[in-house]
Amino acid sequence: MSNVLVQERDIVIPGEILAEGMDYLPGENTYRKESAIYSKVLGLVSIPGRVIKITPLAGPYIPRVGDKIIGKVSDITLNGWRVDTGTAYSAFLNVKDATTRFIKKDEDLSEIIAIGDYVVVILVNVTSQNLIDLTMKEPGLHKISGGRIIHINSQKVPRVIGKQGSMISLIKEKTGCDITIGQNGHVWIKGTTNGEYLAERAIKLIQEKSHQDGLTERMQKFLEDKRV
Amino acid sequence: MVYKKRLDERKVDELRPMEAKAGVIPNADGSAYFKIGNTVCYAAVYGPRELFPRFLQNPKKGLLRCHYSMMPFSGSGERIRPGGNRRSQEISMVMNSSLEPVMDLSAFPNSVVDVFVDLPQTDAGTRCAAISAAAIALADAGIPMKDMVSSVAVGQVDGTVVADLNYNEEAYLGIVSDIPVAMLHNTKELTLLQMDGEISKEDLIKALEMAKIATERVYEVQKKALKERFSRE
Repeated sequence: MSNVLVQERDIVIPGEILAEGMDYLPGENTYRKESAIYSKVLGLVSIPGRVIKITPLAGPYIPRVGDKIIGKVSDITLNGWRVDTGTAYSAFLNVKDATTRFIKKDEDLSEIIAIGDYVVVILVNVTSQNLIDLTMKEPGLHKISGGRIIHINSQKVPRVIGKQGSMISLIKEKTGCDITIGQNGHVWIKGTTNGEYLAERAIKLIQEKSHQDGLTERMQKFLEDKRV
Repeated sequence: MVYKKRLDERKVDELRPMEAKAGVIPNADGSAYFKIGNTVCYAAVYGPRELFPRFLQNPKKGLLRCHYSMMPFSGSGERIRPGGNRRSQEISMVMNSSLEPVMDLSAFPNSVVDVFVDLPQTDAGTRCAAISAAAIALADAGIPMKDMVSSVAVGQVDGTVVADLNYNEEAYLGIVSDIPVAMLHNTKELTLLQMDGEISKEDLIKALEMAKIATERVYEVQKKALKERFSRE
């Protein structure tokens, strides 16, 4: 005999009991103790089939292979760059993953990417100790010039992008800005000064209201009102 | 002299009025405000972030580091020196050991989660308020935790077992004991148990039974604060 004690999209806190009995399986951010399933984080319940999992409402960015992130170059070594990912773990970008050009043995790497530059990169390898390797060789990856970088909570990134990119294309269209979102919560906005400012406020607003319903309509209204 | 009626006219098992709010410090990764009577507490969580000095790093799991601090004019009006002292160091340590058992930092090797707790106003029960606030802030920061930690003091004032002593009761002329307790919600395990003063065996058992109910009340306040943080208007 099993019974689920929570409903879909309920907010639960750490240690809250979700289900009793062995009929359900503990999914992400939950754990089983004896015959009950408990939550491990503050988040929203989702029950796809027989698995109970929690979508966190807050929390740090967990690096995953294939994620596109925006990082800041923090150091230059003999064979590449150390990139600050905005988490507890820095990443490494090797020369051979950064450019297709031939680099001579004693060339100054800071002429290609300098310390303090931001780069759009993809994670190619993450170890158990969270050592991260990056690549900049795929289409759409580049060094950033101009515009502004803003930081949002990484858990809100899916909401800022929206279903099939609906939210982000709405903001792009209304503000005329070029926007790139890193999974680590760093967002690059480039456009006119007013457009950048409006886009920044819009993204901050999404972050604040992300758990509420009817976000796209709300955003549409916000952007219409503010447009000169 | 027998302590029959409490100085602030509470019932023996009644806690001072509590208030809690999560997400009060925008620049922190997680934060909380917790007030019990005249004891006011702010907790801010930063991290997981890179840990220095390097020799403290643990490649198997992240480190939890608590910092407790009472503000210069938080007490009776006398200015106390701000920053760390022997007392705050010990309280930071007991906070750490009462929160550590529920934290699951295995996903964050070599990193640190910093918890800063500041008390702008104090009226006894500060370490309990600090632990309760820190637990809310850690949950608000989205750090995996197996359970919630709720903390409150119980004790005995001149022969009467009471919950949540204020400063006047702690300073009562007579035999007084003050027992700060931190308890996990699901398992009812104790993660903090200290004592100051004297108490009989029977009274201690009675006090700890009282603590079970008292921490549950704190838990309700913590839970409400966290759920309100992300409620849909």
